[in-house]
Amino acid sequence: MPTISVDKTELYKALGKDYSRDEFDELCFEFGIELDEDTTGREEPAQLKIEIPANRYDMLCFEGIALNLNVFLGRQAMPTYTLKPPPGGALETVTVSPATAAVRPYFSCAILRGVQFTPARYASFIALQDKLHANLARQRSLVAIGTHDLDTLQGPFSYEALPPDQIRFAPLNQTRAMTATEMMGFYEKDKHLARYLPIIRDSPVYPVIYDANRTVLSLPPIINGNHSKLTLATTNIFIDITATDKTKLEIVTHILVAMFSQYCADPFTIEPVRILSPHNTESRTSPDLTPRTTHASAAYINSITGLSLPRTTITTLLKKMCYHATPSPTSPDTLDVAIPITRADVLHEADIMEDAAIAYGFNKLPRAFPATKAAAAAALPINKLADIVRLESAMAGWAEVMPLTLCSLDENYQWLNKSPPSSSEQQKPIRLQNPKTAEYQIVRTSLLPGLLKTLRENKHHAVPMRIFEVGDVAFQDARLERRSRNERHFAAAWYGKQAGFEMVHGLLDRVMMMLRVGFVARGGEGKGEGGEGYWIEEVEDATYLAGHAAAIYLQLAGRKAQKIGTFGILHPSVLKAFELPFPASTLELNVEVFL
Amino acid sequence: MPGTRGPVPIPLHINGGQRDLTAEILEAVDQEAEVGTSTKFPQIPQAEIKAALDRLASRSMVEYDTKDREEVALTKEGEEIASAGSHEYKVWDAVRQAGRLSLKDPSLAGANAKIGQGNAFKLKWVKKDGDALVSLTDSVQDATREQLQCAKENRTFQDPKVQKDFMKRKLVVPQKVISYVARKGPKWAMEMPVEVTDLTAEMIADGSWQTANWKPYNYKAEGAQLSGGAFHPLMKVRQEFREIFFNMGFTEMPTQRFVDTGFWNFDTLFVPQQHPARDLQDTFYVSDPPEAGPPGPDPATDEALAQMDDQDEQDENDSAPASAATRAKDISSKLDYQQYFNNVRSVHQDGAFGSIGYRYPYNDAETKRLVLRTHTTAVSAYVLHRLAANPRPCRYFSIDRVFRNETVDATHLAEFHQIEGVIADFGLTLGGLQAFLKRFFRKIGVPDLKFKPAYNPYTEPSMEVYAWHAGLNKLVEIGNSGMFRPEMLQAMGLPEDLRCYGFGLSLERPTMIKYGISNIRELLGHKVDLGFIEGNPAVRLDRE
Repeated sequence: MPTISVDKTELYKALGKDYSRDEFDELCFEFGIELDEDTTGREEPAQLKIEIPANRYDMLCFEGIALNLNVFLGRQAMPTYTLKPPPGGALETVTVSPATAAVRPYFSCAILRGVQFTPARYASFIALQDKLHANLARQRSLVAIGTHDLDTLQGPFSYEALPPDQIRFAPLNQTRAMTATEMMGFYEKDKHLARYLPIIRDSPVYPVIYDANRTVLSLPPIINGNHSKLTLATTNIFIDITATDKTKLEIVTHILVAMFSQYCADPFTIEPVRILSPHNTESRTSPDLTPRTTHASAAYINSITGLSLPRTTITTLLKKMCYHATPSPTSPDTLDVAIPITRADVLHEADIMEDAAIAYGFNKLPRAFPATKAAAAAALPINKLADIVRLESAMAGWAEVMPLTLCSLDENYQWLNKSPPSSSEQQKPIRLQNPKTAEYQIVRTSLLPGLLKTLRENKHHAVPMRIFEVGDVAFQDARLERRSRNERHFAAAWYGKQAGFEMVHGLLDRVMMMLRVGFVARGGEGKGEGGEGYWIEEVEDATYLAGHAAAIYLQLAGRKAQKIGTFGILHPSVLKAFELPFPASTLELNVEVFL
Repeated sequence: MPGTRGPVPIPLHINGGQRDLTAEILEAVDQEAEVGTSTKFPQIPQAEIKAALDRLASRSMVEYDTKDREEVALTKEGEEIASAGSHEYKVWDAVRQAGRLSLKDPSLAGANAKIGQGNAFKLKWVKKDGDALVSLTDSVQDATREQLQCAKENRTFQDPKVQKDFMKRKLVVPQKVISYVARKGPKWAMEMPVEVTDLTAEMIADGSWQTANWKPYNYKAEGAQLSGGAFHPLMKVRQEFREIFFNMGFTEMPTQRFVDTGFWNFDTLFVPQQHPARDLQDTFYVSDPPEAGPPGPDPATDEALAQMDDQDEQDENDSAPASAATRAKDISSKLDYQQYFNNVRSVHQDGAFGSIGYRYPYNDAETKRLVLRTHTTAVSAYVLHRLAANPRPCRYFSIDRVFRNETVDATHLAEFHQIEGVIADFGLTLGGLQAFLKRFFRKIGVPDLKFKPAYNPYTEPSMEVYAWHAGLNKLVEIGNSGMFRPEMLQAMGLPEDLRCYGFGLSLERPTMIKYGISNIRELLGHKVDLGFIEGNPAVRLDRE
C-alpha cells in the first residue's frame, strides 16, 4: 500500500480543524486510511505519513487526501470538473503517428491554464506523478507522464515513433543534446532512470513528442526535454501521457487534471486538446470529464448493509463518498449514480454499496449473526491421518519440529548422497524461478534435510535428541493441471552418542501398530502374497551406512505391495555435510498410502 | 539440587574406597567434645569435609559450626627464604666463605643481593673494605628466616606489626580459611542408621515399612525430569483454531498443493494481471515444471471434499451410498471449467456480471504460470467454484502454508501459515460478518473488535479486523475479512444472491503476540530451539 507524506499543519488547515492524534486516527479509521506516522518533533515542518488503499489513485497526493476527507466530513461538495476551451476557441492539436502503434500506442493530453504554483504545490505535483508511475503505471511500463511549460512550446504537436538515432535533444537538466541511442548509454547507470530503459531499448522505433518547431517535449517513458522544463514560475502546463494500456491512460489523465485543476486561474477547469489518431480510431478531444453513470439498487445496498434506508438517505451517504446520486424517477428502487472521474476504483454496484456502508460507519452496522444452517464440521482426511501419526510419535517420546519446505538443491540431494532425478518425471523437484536467496531453490522432496538442519541448530541440546515431522513434500507430476503434487510424509531422526537404528525401527513398529498394520516377516521370495502387513528389507541407499539401511514395504488389502519409505543409520558423509558430530538414524515414509 | 530426593546419600567409601571420612568424623566426635576439622583433618579439602558433615548433620547425628579465619601463606619468595635463608644471610654467607668478596662478584649482582647487602650492612654483619666486602662476625642469627618458618607452621604472626611488615615485603599474603567445629548432635550415633528412601514391594510383603527409618523427603527439590515427546507450539495453536472452526461447523479444505497456477491464485480472485502482488518481487514463480495445464477438476481434491461432505441423497432411503469418488465425479460433470475460464477472462478484460471490469488485454499465458501459492484463497476459489454444481450454504476453512518471496528478517519468512475461513450463505450482511468475527475472536481470547474499511482485490466490502492491544496501548490489526466480489462469485456460476464471507489471518502472528516472541525464526523453521518446543505449555487461547 502506498504511503503518502503530507504537511500536517497544511492538512489540518485544509480540513479546518487542528486534530489531536486520537481524533485524526479515528477519522482515518472510519474512512479506511491509516495514519502510519506523525513526525512532529522530529521533522520540520511536521509530516503525517498516511497509508492509502492501493486502488485509491485519487488519494496519492495532498490535494486528493484533503479533498476526499473534506467531502467525507461534509465540509465541501465534490467539485464538478469542466472543460474550458481557450479564449480564441481553437484547440491545440496533437497528431498521433501510426508508427507509435508498434511501441506505445495510446496518447492522451490536457492543458492546465493559469496555474499558481507554490513550492509545496509544485512538489506535490511532481510527487503525484512519481506515485502514479510507480503504482498504477507499473514503473512507467503501462503509462508515462510528461509535464511541460506550454509557454516555451508552439503547437500543433505530434506524437511519433522514430528510430532512436533520429531523435536528438537535450534531456531534462542537461544542456548537451544527444541522440536517443546515446541516452540509453548515458542513463544506463542512472540510479533513478536505468530501470525504465528496457521498456523501449530494444524497439526499432522510440516514442517521441514534438512541437511545431520540432522541439522534443518527451521521450516516453524515459525522460522529458530540458527545453520545456516545468518551473515554479510556470503557469500554463501541457501534460502528455502515453501508454500501452488504454484504461490506465484514462485513469492517469483524470487523476492529474482532477487533482491540480483546483490551482488553475479558473478552478476545476481544464483546457481540452484535440487528438488526431485516425489509424486506431482514437481521435477525440481530451480529456473526457464526463462522470460515468450507472445504477445502484437501494434494496441491494440495504440487503448487504442490513439497513433499511430510504433512497434519499443513501444519496446523502453516497455524497460523502464523492458520488452524485439521485433516486431514479422511473424505478422505485433504483438510484441513478454519477461516478466522478477521480473514482476509477468503482467497478461494480458492490463498490457503491461498500461506500454507502463506509459513509454510514462500519462499526454502526446492525450485526445479525449468520444462520448456521447446513454446516458440516469435518476434518480433512489426510490431516486426520497425519494427526494419528503425530500423536503416536509424540506419545512415544519424540518432539515435533517444523522446518521450512523450501530448501537448496544441495541440501535436498547432494548432502544426502543423492542426485536430482532427471528421467523420472514423478520424482523431479519443483524448481523456483526467482528466489531472493540460494537457500530457496526447490520445494523439498524429502523431510530429512529439515530434520538434520534442526539437529544442527540444536547442538547445545542434550543428546539423545528425538525429533519428527509430519509434513508435505512436493514433486512434479505431468498428469495434473498444476504439473505437480504434494505428498504427506512422516520422518523422524534419532541423534546421540549411538546411532539409534533400533530406535527409529521401534518408532516405525509403534506407528504401524497404531495404524492397525501388522508386521509380517518376509524374505525376498514370496513377498506380495497373503494378507496385509508391512515388512522391511535391507536396501542399498547412499544416504545410509551400508548394511544398516532398510526399505519399508506395505501391503494393504486389495492393493499391490509397495515400497513406502526407508530408514537406517545415516552415512557419516551425510552427517558431515550437515555438520553433525554424533551418529544419527532417520526414518521417512509416505503417509498417504494409509488414506 | 533439582531432581534429588531426600538427603544426599552417603557413599560407603570415598576416595576409591581407601577411607570413609564420615566414619572418621564420627570417631573423632566420639572421642572429643569439639572437633576442629582443620587440625584433625588438615590434609582433606574443605569441600569434602563439608559434604561429609552435611550428610551427618542432615540426620542430626552431628552438629557443626563454621569458622572463618584469616591465615597467612608464604609467597614464593617467602618460601625460598624459609628454606634457604634471607637475602642478607646469603650475602654474609658468601662473604664469609670467600673471606674477602669483590663488589663485582656475580653473587652480589641482582635485586635480591642488593637488598641483602643493605640489610647485612645495617645488621653489621659485613663491611666495605676497599672494593670488597669482609665479614664482621663468625655467626649470625637469621631472624627473617626464623619468623617465616614460624609463620609457615602457625599460619600467623604473633606480632601484627611484623605481619604487616612481611606483607609489605611481599613475603606473605593473607588468606581466608573456612574450618568447622563438629560435636555430637541430638540423634548422635556411631553408625549411620539404615534409611529407607522409597516404599518397595518387599517392604510391603515383609511388613518392614512399619518400622523403617524413613529418610526425610526434600520438599524443596523438584521432581525427576521426565523425557517425553512434544508437539510443536505452532501446531498446538493450529489445533486450537481447528477446534474453533469445527465447533462452528466448518469443513477443512484440501489445501495439499503448494504449487498453483496464475489462474487459480490470482485471476479467479479478480486480481488483475498487472497487480503488484504478481511481481517477481513478491511471488515465487516456478521455473520447472514450466507451465500449467488448462483449468479443470482435480480428482484428489474432489474426492477429499466428497468424503467430508455429509450430504448424501441416499441417506433418506435404503440404497447404498455412492462412493466418494463417484460423488466427486458426479459434481465435476456439472461443472464447465472452460466456461469458467472464459468468464474470468471476460470479467477482467471486458467487464461482466454488472462490473465494468479492469479493461485490459487479458493474457492467457499469465494464467498458466505456475506459482507457489501466495495464499490459501487459491484453494478457496477452487472449492467455491465447485459449489456452483450445487449452490448451498456452507462453511470452509484451512490452515496451511503459503509462500511470499520476502527478504527474510525478524518478522518475515518466505513461508508461513495462513488461517482462512469462508462462509457462503444466502442473505449474508456485512454486520453478520462482524458478529461472526466477534464470536470467532472471542474464542481465542480477543473480546473487542473494531472494523476498518480496507481494500482487497477480491472482497468488497473489505474490512480489516482490529483489536485493542493492552501492551501497546493501541488498536492493532489482527486479521482481514470481507465479502467476495460479485466478479469472483458470479464468474464461477454461483447465483447472485449467494453471498460469501472470507476472512484470514496468519497463524504465526497471534502466536507470537501470545507468547511474546519477537523473531519469527524462533517459531518456524530449523532454527527453533528444541528446548522451547519441549517446554512450551499447553495452548489455551480462550483462557490466556
